[in-house]
Amino acid sequence: MPRRRPRPGRIVLGAVSALIFAFLILPLVVVFPLSVSSAPYLQFPPPGLSWRWYENYFGDPVWIAATLRSLKIATAAMLLSLLVGTPLAFSVVRGRYPGRALLDRLAAAPMIVPAIVFSVAVYGLFAKLKLIGAWYGIALAHTVLALPFVVIVIGAGLRGFDEALEAAALGLGASRWQAVRRVTLPQIRPSLVSAALLAFVTSFDELVVAMFLAGSEMTLPKKMFDNIRMEIDPTIAAVSVLQIALIVLAVLVAQRFGRGALEVK
Amino acid sequence: MRASSAAALTLLPKIAALRARRERALAALGLPALLLLALLFAFPVLRLLGLSLEGGSLGWYGKALGEGLYLEVFWITFRIAALVTLLALLLGYPLAYFLATTTRFWTTLGFIFVILPLWTSILVRTYAWMVLLGRNGVVNRILLDLGLVREPLPLLYNELGVVIGMVHVLIPYMVLPIYSALKRLDPSLAQAAEGLGAPASRIFLRIVLPLTLDGVFAGAILVFVLSLGFFITPALLGGGRVIMIAVLIEQQVRETLDWSFAGALSAVLLVATVAIYGLAQRARRPGAELAP
Repeated sequence: MPRRRPRPGRIVLGAVSALIFAFLILPLVVVFPLSVSSAPYLQFPPPGLSWRWYENYFGDPVWIAATLRSLKIATAAMLLSLLVGTPLAFSVVRGRYPGRALLDRLAAAPMIVPAIVFSVAVYGLFAKLKLIGAWYGIALAHTVLALPFVVIVIGAGLRGFDEALEAAALGLGASRWQAVRRVTLPQIRPSLVSAALLAFVTSFDELVVAMFLAGSEMTLPKKMFDNIRMEIDPTIAAVSVLQIALIVLAVLVAQRFGRGALEVK
Repeated sequence: MRASSAAALTLLPKIAALRARRERALAALGLPALLLLALLFAFPVLRLLGLSLEGGSLGWYGKALGEGLYLEVFWITFRIAALVTLLALLLGYPLAYFLATTTRFWTTLGFIFVILPLWTSILVRTYAWMVLLGRNGVVNRILLDLGLVREPLPLLYNELGVVIGMVHVLIPYMVLPIYSALKRLDPSLAQAAEGLGAPASRIFLRIVLPLTLDGVFAGAILVFVLSLGFFITPALLGGGRVIMIAVLIEQQVRETLDWSFAGALSAVLLVATVAIYGLAQRARRPGAELAP
């Protein structure tokens, strides 16, 4: 739109938007002062500053064990979903075989089926298989949940990739695997990085599946959920701040690697 | 000429064979994922649905859809989902419009504000709402200090709290499709109307809104369907007093160990979800053809 005079409508729109942005960001901001408050219960504004809630978190073996378990599960789910999802993305983007559309739909289905339905279903199966409480059981279920994101993101990368480059490598004597590994995958590296990040976060933040499958082996979201339900104290605010920091860090790292890939020749 | 076409003819079966080989290889690449999805997704979900038909009768569905107590849960779920969708639309449309029409700097900054909550754990956000909305929460304290209310308002552990928390989680899903619909809109249409003397309100109602309805529709369907299956927000912000379908299913499995009934409830939720998506896709087809 070429012409922009400040009109009254424009000012109202700006003001309304500012309020909505505040509504969106407020809950993320409010945990910061709370996490450094010296008050033992929720008090706002905090009466004094203290690191005690961070000390609580780092000093409590249950919190640390839950965090490490969640990191382990998320790493496994990320690797497995990339390992299975990347070939699937190649298959559904490039294939014309019968059943391809069906496979594409099946891969998107975990995104559509409500989390509670999938969780209860997997819980029923894993209870029979005595997999409740096993970290790899949760990792497997999280892989299913992460798979649609991996296929969508890598699929988009592949659609934007010029297959002639791969054909050129083949013509120059590369094997199919060499061509994919040395030409295609480096070209779609930004997609691979964002897919990995999405898969990791999908698992790391996931509560509903973990709630059913974890048994007594807490994951971080499960521990947070129980804490919020039982005894609200600002330790959870400290955990929230750490989690927000981790996500921001992960996004920054991913952006760096994702972009760097584009600049390599 | 003849020779080359004869050569081409002998090549044809070779090309076809190569193509078939390529398709087989590509199909094989999908096999690990197919196996994973079949064993860990399709099988357990179908098995759960199968449990609801135990004894070969539809008795569990009769219980789910016939008894007043459970009908109430469905009604509450639909009511909350509808309200959340409406509010997300009322807040999301102006936001998308602002993002689509402002300068690049504000668009980037605005998108950070819209996307950042998406990346943050839903538990962190829900917890933050408890801090904000509680009896001694930030909002009530401010209202009391300003003398606007005499007693703390009941903002938490009721439907209002659940709706606020859900709208916050779901607004980005409304903003993104509406934003892309607004960006597809040809700005010369509005300019032409303006040149012909139409007031801004009329341009919006007669041109902008009708031409971005597909984005509104996509966002609304997405928000509504996601709302139906919500668990964490009602479980925490509802404080056990707002029972939505997902909360009821969890109770059936964890507390009453009633798998058949949980299966029937899951089937109803799943069918509602898939049906709404399916209808939406069918309804959108004719509109899609008209779009540029």
